[in-house]
Amino acid sequence: MTSSHAHVSLLELQNASLTLGEGVARVDALIDVNLTVTSGELVAVTGRSGSGKSSLLNVAGGLTPLSSGTATVEGEPLAGLKARDLAARRRRSIGYVFQDLNLLPTLTAAENVAFPLELDGVKVAEARAAADVALTRLEIGDLAGRFPDEMSGGQRQRVAIARGVVGERRLLLADEPTGALDEVTAENVMKLIRSLCDDGAAALVVTHDPSLAAWADRVVRLRDGRIDSITEAST
Amino acid sequence: MSVRDALLALLDRRPAYGYELKADFEAATGDGWPLNIGQVYSTLQRCERDDLATAQDEADDQGRRLWTISAEGREAVAEWLETPAAPVEATRDPFSLKVLMAIETSPDRVDDLIRDQRNATMSELQALTREKASVADGDLARQLHLDRSVLLVEAQVRWLDMVEARIDAHGKATS
Ligand SMILES: Nc1ncnc2c1ncn2[C@@H]1O[C@H](COP(=O)(O)OP(=O)(O)OP(=O)(O)O)[C@@H](O)[C@H]1O
Ligand SMILES: [Mg+2]
Repeated sequence: MTSSHAHVSLLELQNASLTLGEGVARVDALIDVNLTVTSGELVAVTGRSGSGKSSLLNVAGGLTPLSSGTATVEGEPLAGLKARDLAARRRRSIGYVFQDLNLLPTLTAAENVAFPLELDGVKVAEARAAADVALTRLEIGDLAGRFPDEMSGGQRQRVAIARGVVGERRLLLADEPTGALDEVTAENVMKLIRSLCDDGAAALVVTHDPSLAAWADRVVRLRDGRIDSITEAST
Repeated sequence: MSVRDALLALLDRRPAYGYELKADFEAATGDGWPLNIGQVYSTLQRCERDDLATAQDEADDQGRRLWTISAEGREAVAEWLETPAAPVEATRDPFSLKVLMAIETSPDRVDDLIRDQRNATMSELQALTREKASVADGDLARQLHLDRSVLLVEAQVRWLDMVEARIDAHGKATS
């Protein structure tokens, strides 16, 4: 899509392949994957363990360079970027939610969320304001001053997602973001991601749970590194 | 039997007309279990025959008769609510029959069949989820009905995933 106001392509993978390991341990983690994610879209990634889901998020976020093919974020090919520019691009555009969340234990919720902006040179007060906005969107504005170990698992999960979408970041990459949550809490997290996408962000969310994947506009299923099927929600 | 007991449970709250029971039943089940009015009246008539409920002798000016539960009816409701229901019968359904027969008779097509079936089932799940997203906050019955539908469909997707994984493991073990 080329329209400047409506849906813009935030992520494009073209013939993306990734080979990991050496010798007998060589694995084709991704084979010829083609995927475009536009703003407003929530895409779920499913597939068996080892099918390449985390690999897909890693190449989409520029954490792992492709063996062949191209990865483009907000129109910019990641392969062309110098390491420093790539890191900056990642911090600016892409939010990651890892399964283990990676919250810094010595920082409060708000400081955790503001952290990537501060790394980017945003002034502390400005970063904190953006963090407050993100936390409020995730309905945990009142927990801004809490440390990770003073929150429940579901609350920490929301802090991690808030960090994933803080500031201008519009592409959220989340690896099992609902990990060990109960059904209703997990669904609420998915609903929040859904509403962030409805507001113009885009997300690529790995989940094993079919009923959570069903919140997506498209469900991409990987099998042995290839896209096995894509189920589009009928509109 | 369950519909009878459910109608009695509603009557246990207060006497009601048949059409009210139909509406109350459908609201309580989140519109996930439509009843036709004929079924309501035939069920009530059976209740009357079995002394579980009685209808007013005189119909009102609109031809409606008010139904009241009897002491036996109350007992039947209490017993019904207190007895655990049998789990969903999962032994036979067209969905699994097709998959199992394909494995038996056309193993080379199973992969495609599972993929198509999963796609269709996932689509259904997406449609249910959209519906869920649009349920008004206060509509608990509808929410619960859709939750249940989602879980039943989800079980099919999960089963297909297991079928695929088992077949792969089986193929590796025997090749
Ligand atoms: N650093 C690595 N070196 C070699 N092989 C790797 C490496 N990381 C992952 N792999 C392999 O790549 C394949 C895809 O792994 P990936 O982590 O993407 O799977 P996944 O779908 O995320 O699985 P899970 O559901 O278990 O998280 C697997 O076969 C895995 O063993
Ligand atoms: Mg993984």
